[in-house]
Amino acid sequence: MSNDVFEQVKEIVSPYCKNKEALESATAETSFLEDLAINSARLVDIVIDFEDEFDIEVSDDEADKIRTIGDAVTVINAKS
Amino acid sequence: MNQHNTQRVVITGMGVVAPNGHGLDNYEQALRNGISGIKHHEHLAEANFACQVGGIPENMDTVKHDYLSEESLLAMNEAMIFGAIAAIDCWRDAGLPEPGEEPDWDTGAIIGTGISGLDTIGNKLIPLVDKGRVKRLGSTMVEQVMASSSSANIGGLLALGGQVTTNSSACTTGTEAIVNGYHKINSGHLKRMLVGGTEGASKYSWAGFDAMRVLARGYNDKPAQASRPMSASAVGFVPGSGAGMLMLESLDSALQRGARIYAEVIGVDVNCGGQRNGGSTTFPNPTGVQRCIQAALKHAGIDGSAVDLINGHLTATMADPYEINNWREALNCSPEQLPKINATKSLVGHALGAAGGLECVASVLQLSRGFVHGSLNCEDLHPDLEAYADSIVHKTEDSDAQILAKASFGFGDVNACTIFKTFNP
Repeated sequence: MSNDVFEQVKEIVSPYCKNKEALESATAETSFLEDLAINSARLVDIVIDFEDEFDIEVSDDEADKIRTIGDAVTVINAKS
Repeated sequence: MNQHNTQRVVITGMGVVAPNGHGLDNYEQALRNGISGIKHHEHLAEANFACQVGGIPENMDTVKHDYLSEESLLAMNEAMIFGAIAAIDCWRDAGLPEPGEEPDWDTGAIIGTGISGLDTIGNKLIPLVDKGRVKRLGSTMVEQVMASSSSANIGGLLALGGQVTTNSSACTTGTEAIVNGYHKINSGHLKRMLVGGTEGASKYSWAGFDAMRVLARGYNDKPAQASRPMSASAVGFVPGSGAGMLMLESLDSALQRGARIYAEVIGVDVNCGGQRNGGSTTFPNPTGVQRCIQAALKHAGIDGSAVDLINGHLTATMADPYEINNWREALNCSPEQLPKINATKSLVGHALGAAGGLECVASVLQLSRGFVHGSLNCEDLHPDLEAYADSIVHKTEDSDAQILAKASFGFGDVNACTIFKTFNP
């Protein structure tokens, strides 16, 4: 399950990544802003995509704590 | 020659996304061959428009991926996409290097738009806010609905370091951008200004004009005949969209880097008729129009008799005969002496804030490539224009014109005029 979620997260964030190479070799520790060069404003859109894809609701506080792919997987797994 | 001149201003690049062609060569061929970009559009029929025809650039949903990353496109509406493609083409056409990490501090941009991101507002912003789902808007609303959405986007794509801004003056916008950019270079503030206009094709932008009954009716089944400037059977304008961009550059800078020079901008003016003397929000004060054209001629240091070609505003409303009379008054000539005149809108429709951009690109192409394009659909000339019949170009012809006058007029009784000249060192 967790591995599927990890791959799904990678797929969801892919359009927002300016560093696609970093995405290909991503691990749980890969950060959205520094490693994947995602525009910080777009984290809002990524969280909306998580909500749609996994049919969950993510609070603003929870969203603020998502910095890496691993963080996202943890939040999603706790809710789905 | 030019009394105000500190820096001569030349055109070293152009880019165009037009309903009848993307790219300078395609656009030139469409202008030369009288190819109309006006089509019937089902979404206008579904919304009960009286005018269901319009000019919309084709294949842009495919072409955009050749220019813009998936990440960029997430926050770009139609006006931004048209503008960005034309701006990138213009930049490359000017022979400038691909943008790197360091901004180009010598180049700015004035990218005009009339109505901007109404597709974003109508399709997403208003429906979601009215449902109380503000959070669902995501992060990309502001940058798509702010008035400066296109200039801001282009400034980032091209790493521009000079002033990057947007102008808006209704249907004068695109030409006004050229006037504004001219002053930035002429005064020595910057070496280059990317100028022009862009407009999307949203039905929300066009609906108000349809309700005003100023759009062409009765041509839904024959779209190529719908845009009829100067015709006795003109019944209103055809809405258009797209983007036209020009790279203005100081002559010194252009010569220094060995840039190709399409033409020189030798005179410019903008003014307002003050909505007096018959002028209103929607109709021009004739004195204002004439003064604008004459001020541009004076700025260029030429008489009206030196003008070889006119690219009119000529929208296909009842205002066309008034416009041509204003040209005659401004140039101080008889009807028979009026320079050759044509209406680019007969081929692309009226692209509102982008109209001046599309038409200035057409104007400079005509001067630099030696032709004057025919105006479609005015075989049945308006009776008030019969005395001008010999000046109105129906079929494309070769031309050795040196000086072209271009004007645009807009709601608010605002006027802009530019005088282009073939380049002579």
